[in-house]
Amino acid sequence: MTSVSDCFQALKKQGTCALIPFITAGDPNLGTTAEALRVLDQSGADLIELGVPYSDPLADGPVIQAAATRALQQGVTLDKVLEVVQSVQGEVKAPIILFTYYNPIFYRGIDNFLAQVAQAGVKGLVVPDLPLEEAEVLLKPAAAQGIDVTLLVAPTSPKERIEAIAKQSQGFIYLVSVTGVTGTRTEVASRVKDIIPSLRGMTDKPIGVGFGISQPEHAQQIKAWGADAVIVGSAFVKRLAENSPPEGLKAIGEFCRSLKAAIVTDQ
Amino acid sequence: MTTTPLSPSTQTQQQPDSLGRFGRFGGKYVPETLMPALAELEAAYEQYRQDPDFLQELDGLLGDYVGRPNPLYFAERLTAHYAKPDGSGPQIYLKREDLNHTGAHKINNALGQVLLAKRMGKGRIIAETGAGQHGVATATVCARFGLECVIYMGVQDMERQALNVFRMRLMGARVQPVAAGTGTLKDATSEAIRDWVTNVETTHYILGSVAGPHPYPMMVRDFHGVIGKETRQQALEKWGGVPDILLACVGGGSNAMGLFYEFVEDAQVRLIGVEAAGEGTETDKHAATLTKGRPGVLHGAMSYLLQDEEGQVIEAHSISAGLDYPGVGPEHSYLKETGRAEYYSVTDGEAIAALQRLAQLEGIIPALETSHAIAYLETLCPQLTGSPRLVINCSGRGDKDVQTVAKYLGSAE
Repeated sequence: MTSVSDCFQALKKQGTCALIPFITAGDPNLGTTAEALRVLDQSGADLIELGVPYSDPLADGPVIQAAATRALQQGVTLDKVLEVVQSVQGEVKAPIILFTYYNPIFYRGIDNFLAQVAQAGVKGLVVPDLPLEEAEVLLKPAAAQGIDVTLLVAPTSPKERIEAIAKQSQGFIYLVSVTGVTGTRTEVASRVKDIIPSLRGMTDKPIGVGFGISQPEHAQQIKAWGADAVIVGSAFVKRLAENSPPEGLKAIGEFCRSLKAAIVTDQ
Repeated sequence: MTTTPLSPSTQTQQQPDSLGRFGRFGGKYVPETLMPALAELEAAYEQYRQDPDFLQELDGLLGDYVGRPNPLYFAERLTAHYAKPDGSGPQIYLKREDLNHTGAHKINNALGQVLLAKRMGKGRIIAETGAGQHGVATATVCARFGLECVIYMGVQDMERQALNVFRMRLMGARVQPVAAGTGTLKDATSEAIRDWVTNVETTHYILGSVAGPHPYPMMVRDFHGVIGKETRQQALEKWGGVPDILLACVGGGSNAMGLFYEFVEDAQVRLIGVEAAGEGTETDKHAATLTKGRPGVLHGAMSYLLQDEEGQVIEAHSISAGLDYPGVGPEHSYLKETGRAEYYSVTDGEAIAALQRLAQLEGIIPALETSHAIAYLETLCPQLTGSPRLVINCSGRGDKDVQTVAKYLGSAE
């Protein structure tokens, strides 16, 4: 696996909009998670976000909350999630970004946590409850371990804040498309259309758009508005949750390919 | 009626720093979407806490609507109960927050925040509630000001506090059940935060404790600071001094901070917070966060937290819905770590016994939350020498709890 930044560099050269699927680790079980990483990698995923299940996922809607609860009930731990990441090293080319809330990082100790995730082969981190002001403790030590910490920008963020976040964010900038939690929505928020060009004027870092994107048409729209990456979460988690593991894997593979097709065959 | 600034400017060391930290506790651990709203709230609060019109409106309503000042009542028979054979023993006073409109201290903060929300132009109010007292207080002030009101409440709490659910609905609030987790205060708070993330531009979140991201711990404390200010004034009138000991229950810790804050710089005043030990701190069914927890992040703040070896938050347990919370306000963590305040815990059974004791000795039925503070007298009084003046924050009345108590006593027989 290459780093998140290098991956985006390469995609940029090709003029490709990246697809970043998200799945919750350990739902329905860790074996399926490992297989899902392989399937997504082979079905057009350019990077993969892997959610570490947490007891109080404040930024998540019902689909990912329920997946995290099921995973925790089965005894999924951070160590076990990292074992899965390690087990697919060499096979999965897409860089893996860990999506985790801050308390498990803090509990383990930042340096200790970073050393362990780097060792497992994790390339990036997204910590949804660590805004810019609180993220400083993580940014530098992560960079020293070769891990990109990607910060989030929201539709409510004022211009000066967006500038400051864009400056500090590593790998890419995660633009939250809606005021709200993760989860599928029927329409893509049109505010994104205005925020992307404004972000462009402030930074040359790649822009990834997530939250609420669940259909190939959404992905196509986001790409057309100028995003460098489209992040899709709940729609994948739901497909894994609603089917038996073999059927779920098949479903996410097909879905991943349909999203990819939507963003490569742009008019 | 006099209007004084909410916080005396002399107490600068008790103000959080620019990131909202009390020592290493506090902060703003929230999704980015909420950061501008917190900044807006902080700015509005800074503006209005010194604004004469705001303070005059607040003071007027605290007087005529809430019924303040409430009495500092000398509990004569409770004092006699704990007197030593030589006649010495603590002189026990109750700060009667239970006599406020809606029956608890919670309305002090709900009123302050709704006045703020009104000035900020927010027409929709949300809140979380455990025992239902904060939910009732919020529903009350929303009715008073004609604002839309949604209260998030765990399904388990809705069952054990059914009376309060009905009260909220009577006043026109929508009570939104939360089934996630164990259906208690922690889950209701998470759901309220999710609502706020979604509707942040039109909605003000009236957080009900000295918890959550900055500026809530400071702001909620300041709105409850009236409890300590009145206590100081009343103590001066009654015995010409300050109390020797302050005693209050701690869940998130709002009533305790409201009483303590005024006296933090009076080093001779002992500050004692009492947490819920549930079925015992040696079991896994308790809510004794400061006694048994470790620092961590929950609902936007760094504070003591009940968590497992993976940093996952553990469900708390207490017979009292208002104390059934695995976190605690960051300023309490700071007061504990600096040694300024002491924190202990009492069990469900001890709290029930204390509720019965106060009912029979004083004709006052305290809330189950409050009963935890009263229960600690059993441990504290024998340790005291002389006749120190002890003020207990009688933070709420127990009408809402009579069914829970009846059930507990029935099953204990």
